Amino acid sequence: MSQAAAPRNQGMSDLSRERLRSAWIFLIPMCLTLLIVAGWPLSRSIWFSVTDTETDHIGQGDFIGLANYLAWKTLPSGRTVFYGVLVNPEWWNAVWNTVRFAVVSVACETVLGMAVALALNAKFPGRGIVRAAILVPWAIPTIVSAKMWSWMLNDQFGIINDLFLRIGLIPHKIAWTATDSTSMLAVLAVDIWKTTPFMALLILAGLQLVPNDIYEAAAIDGVHPLKVFWRVTLPLVRPAVMVAVIFRFMDAMRIFDLVYVLTPNSSATKTMSVIARENMFDFNKIAYGSAMSTLLFLILLGSITLYLWLGRVNLSGEGER
Amino acid sequence: MLADLAKKTGFYLFITAIVVYAVFPFYYAIVTSFKAGTAIFQVDYLPTSFNLDNYKSVFSSGGRPMTLDDILHFNITGFPLNFINSIVVSTLVVAVSLFMAVTAAYALSRVRFRGRGLLLMTILSVSMFPQIAVLAGLFELIRAFHLFNTTFALVFSYMIFTLPFTVWVLTTFMRDLPVEIEEAAIVDGASAWVIVRRVFLPLLWPALVTTGLLAFIGAWNEFLFALTFTLDNAHRTVPVAISQLTGASDHEIPWGPIMAACVIVTLPLIVLVLIFQRKIIAGLTAGGVKG
Repeated sequence: MSQAAAPRNQGMSDLSRERLRSAWIFLIPMCLTLLIVAGWPLSRSIWFSVTDTETDHIGQGDFIGLANYLAWKTLPSGRTVFYGVLVNPEWWNAVWNTVRFAVVSVACETVLGMAVALALNAKFPGRGIVRAAILVPWAIPTIVSAKMWSWMLNDQFGIINDLFLRIGLIPHKIAWTATDSTSMLAVLAVDIWKTTPFMALLILAGLQLVPNDIYEAAAIDGVHPLKVFWRVTLPLVRPAVMVAVIFRFMDAMRIFDLVYVLTPNSSATKTMSVIARENMFDFNKIAYGSAMSTLLFLILLGSITLYLWLGRVNLSGEGER
Repeated sequence: MLADLAKKTGFYLFITAIVVYAVFPFYYAIVTSFKAGTAIFQVDYLPTSFNLDNYKSVFSSGGRPMTLDDILHFNITGFPLNFINSIVVSTLVVAVSLFMAVTAAYALSRVRFRGRGLLLMTILSVSMFPQIAVLAGLFELIRAFHLFNTTFALVFSYMIFTLPFTVWVLTTFMRDLPVEIEEAAIVDGASAWVIVRRVFLPLLWPALVTTGLLAFIGAWNEFLFALTFTLDNAHRTVPVAISQLTGASDHEIPWGPIMAACVIVTLPLIVLVLIFQRKIIAGLTAGGVKG
């Protein structure tokens, strides 16, 4: 180099400047891709939600303010009529379905996952086989799970009805996926079956970080196992469980495929994602559907901020070292 | 003594229940897929027949069984074509996202710069995006690029979930490697690209296999984009093709072929997952348990 005579620390900063420069060159393709596939489409979707764009004539919409969300008109008779997503009962039905689904499924998966993880944390012959077996539902594509279960839940030829009739659990065959009162149960059953393993493995990884001597000490002191669980195990795995719960909750709130295939066109299970897509591509109302998807986005953004703030969860893993 | 025995029995009953619950639906799909004709409407808990008709009908191309000639001349339609589409899309998605993720993860884990934490959080939040929130915008973009109803539309759009995920997992993995491994290379004046290729890539193979496999599974299973951005069966991937296998009425749903297709699509995944079991568990928990 020409500045060979330059002071030593000058050379160091040259080196780190060089490192910084190549770091940015490495980051640019990824950042650019994410900007194109995520940032730009998100902002366009939000833009569509304040226009009157139709799906067949995309790009020809005009700005109409928040009318897709809420608009009103006073009739000559003096009565005021409200329009928009925020006063659409079908939307609120979908919100209720989604929230109900997310809360119940995540709660069940956490409790069941905890039970499975505790069982797998014990040493017993054949543990590896069990751990492999519980990975099976996780590996199966959601659409395949939905089809497999809709066959099992079939009202006339399904094995579930057959089994439940045999053991006397139900008096007659039930059309699980087609009846309004049971279709949400069906969706929940499949989702819990499919994602409990994921939950269990995440919690198990947390459990294995708990040092064994704590349990030994508790055993020597004669502490009741339940008390050990509440006072020792649970506080120690709490961070792992918290993170797993956030990921699962975010996932459950945007559920689409399982509902779409298992219970098509059922208002008892229609979720926010399903109703938004239906408006965008089945009803030619991309603007109205975008208003729905934007609301879902805002709801998720709000709930995650609240959760992180309340739980003081450190997701990035930075700052511990 | 007796209480101990009862405890042990209870524990093993619980374990057995877990295994049966986890595996039974797939087992039942296999049992059903080997039944032909009206035998399918008979509920059997154990295998009763071994009939390959359903598999033959799934592997038929253009209404007749596929021949070797068809494969050689790429004269493939129907479900086999969907299968090929799925493989092409998933492989391309994994290759592109791994390439970008390795270099980005190096920068994010080994170089200190302002805004690194913010960038990491942004990447993580993209991976938690509801896909529906970008659907309308992506639809417009894909139409504008003339990618609508092509497999490339899917490769392009799948980046939104595979890229943040691979970057995230590889970053956590590389952050845990000691500083010493690259010190010698830095002192020797090696460029960042050389350091990534010569120092990190050999160490990263296990992590790459795991992350690549998880990204592959994600792309293989994706449904919403595949349903929205493709129109005809020639460009569909397997999940959409399976979801569209329906009959005119409830009695005409071809359950036998559907179950056979389900088994074909799932079997490779299960084999892969069982082979890489331990690595997958490590990969899944890499981002998770840190907090």
